[in-house]
Amino acid sequence: MDTMTAVKKEPKKKSEFLNPDDYRKDFPILNEIVHGKPLIYFDNGASTQKPLQVINAISDYYLHSNANVHRGIHALSEKATAAFEDSRKKIANFINASTEKQIIFTRGTSESINLVASAWGRKFVTADDEIILSEMEHHSNLVPWQILAQEVGAKLKFIPFKDDGTIDFPVFEQLISGRTKLVAITHMSNVFGTINPIKKIIRISHDRGVPVLLDAAQSVPHLPVDVEFLDCDFLAFSGHKMIGPTGIGVLYGKTQRLQNMNPYQGGGEMISSVWLENSTWNEIPHKFEAGTPNIAGAIGLGAAIDYLNDIGMTNIALYEQELTTYALEKMSSIKNLKIYGEAPERGGIISFNIGDIHPHDLSHFLDQQGIAVRAGHHCAQPIMRKLNIAATTRISFYFYNTKQEIDTFIDELENAINFFNY
Amino acid sequence: MSDLRELYQDIIMDHNKNPQNFHKLENATRVIDGKNPLCGDHYTIYLLIENDIIKDICFDGSGCAISKASGSVMTTILKGKSVKEAEELFNNFHDVVTGKINFDDAIIDLGKLGAFAGVAEFPSRVKCASLAWHAMHQGIKNENVEISTE
Repeated sequence: MDTMTAVKKEPKKKSEFLNPDDYRKDFPILNEIVHGKPLIYFDNGASTQKPLQVINAISDYYLHSNANVHRGIHALSEKATAAFEDSRKKIANFINASTEKQIIFTRGTSESINLVASAWGRKFVTADDEIILSEMEHHSNLVPWQILAQEVGAKLKFIPFKDDGTIDFPVFEQLISGRTKLVAITHMSNVFGTINPIKKIIRISHDRGVPVLLDAAQSVPHLPVDVEFLDCDFLAFSGHKMIGPTGIGVLYGKTQRLQNMNPYQGGGEMISSVWLENSTWNEIPHKFEAGTPNIAGAIGLGAAIDYLNDIGMTNIALYEQELTTYALEKMSSIKNLKIYGEAPERGGIISFNIGDIHPHDLSHFLDQQGIAVRAGHHCAQPIMRKLNIAATTRISFYFYNTKQEIDTFIDELENAINFFNY
Repeated sequence: MSDLRELYQDIIMDHNKNPQNFHKLENATRVIDGKNPLCGDHYTIYLLIENDIIKDICFDGSGCAISKASGSVMTTILKGKSVKEAEELFNNFHDVVTGKINFDDAIIDLGKLGAFAGVAEFPSRVKCASLAWHAMHQGIKNENVEISTE
């Protein structure tokens, strides 16, 4: 192992899209030493690190503006409300929503999808209706629909995925019918990295009058996403996967759909007038935001979006493409390394196994070298079952990762193979 | 690396590559599924118990090196033991891998189970080392059941 560090690395060609060193300085955590080695953080699909700009925005809020929003007639409350609502506008602009009223704050992607399953699903989905999902969904875009289907007697239909980790499109065209009430599908797979042909899916669904929900947890942080262009009806994503804080997420919905939905939870803020026996609902988006929201989280997400906009989402997407291509090429030279997912259109997520080294053992080995990866079923047990494997190891990149880190990772994969005597 | 070598001792590597008693047992009197849903490890333990003696014990399934080696070593140790002895071994083994007691302080001789003492340093791996043992423990107490370490 020690001989490896002595090998002089060739200087890497600079990317034309961005220089990660310009940004790494804003992420103090990337300087952490883990088990005596510099941290290499390749678990961005699970959660990303936060720059000082986001940490400071949260801290500034608590130091200078902390108060409840939409309530008090006093300076702090007004400041907090302005900052909170300003974040909503930033988010709307970021995904090109036509108005910030279409932006609902939630705890994350899971809650956003649960909100639609509950507030839209219970009102509009009835017995024998069908909901089309894909076989490559994260549990968060699967289980809420199972709960709804069991409750109302609806049926779930699944678009299969093929060996290369792409969806079987012709099957989708067969599945969609007059009984279909909703198509809910992931924009980018958290296991395969596949970017699904959602524009086509949405067009075909809309031709049949069927709305489409996109699980954009892996796409919004890494690609330019334009809800007007895609024409999706609902879009869900999380703040913590895009350098924002945990506990804050977003549901985007088309105005008409949001207005027609039931409320989600009852409480303060979501009402217009309340009597002892009944109430009337507030306007969107507040109708869906009962209780004091995660104000600091929303403000932190606003700061994250400012940061991402400064880099440019196209630059991020192209740079990550470069990293992914580089990593895939290096990994393909490792004997008995199998990559799950070979879609031509893909993001910076790579799932793999090496021979019979169990992902749990491999990730433990890599952790001891300071490299953070994910091992397991990635909250997608049906995928693992179909592939007939228990688990995979997964690496996932962000704009602050470097080719040098990939080189070290590849060296350590070789060392792991030796260690486990494979 | 030295920490890892301490964890992945030769006995663990050997049992992972060549697990003992790694097959179904047709005449088992108890069959127990053990799962760790977090990482996907899944084993089935087969017990043949007669007159409170573990006449035979086998396992199959899949999981990481620690969990597979642990199941393998367990079967070699428990074959022929009484249910009461298996219970004591379980309790002592459990206390050692969770770091409650040092290996040397175990009240009964754990023998080659000492190879798993290093697990106590890695909280995320305790469940790996104890999965097969938990399933066995359910088996000697109850009829066929499914257990989970989550």
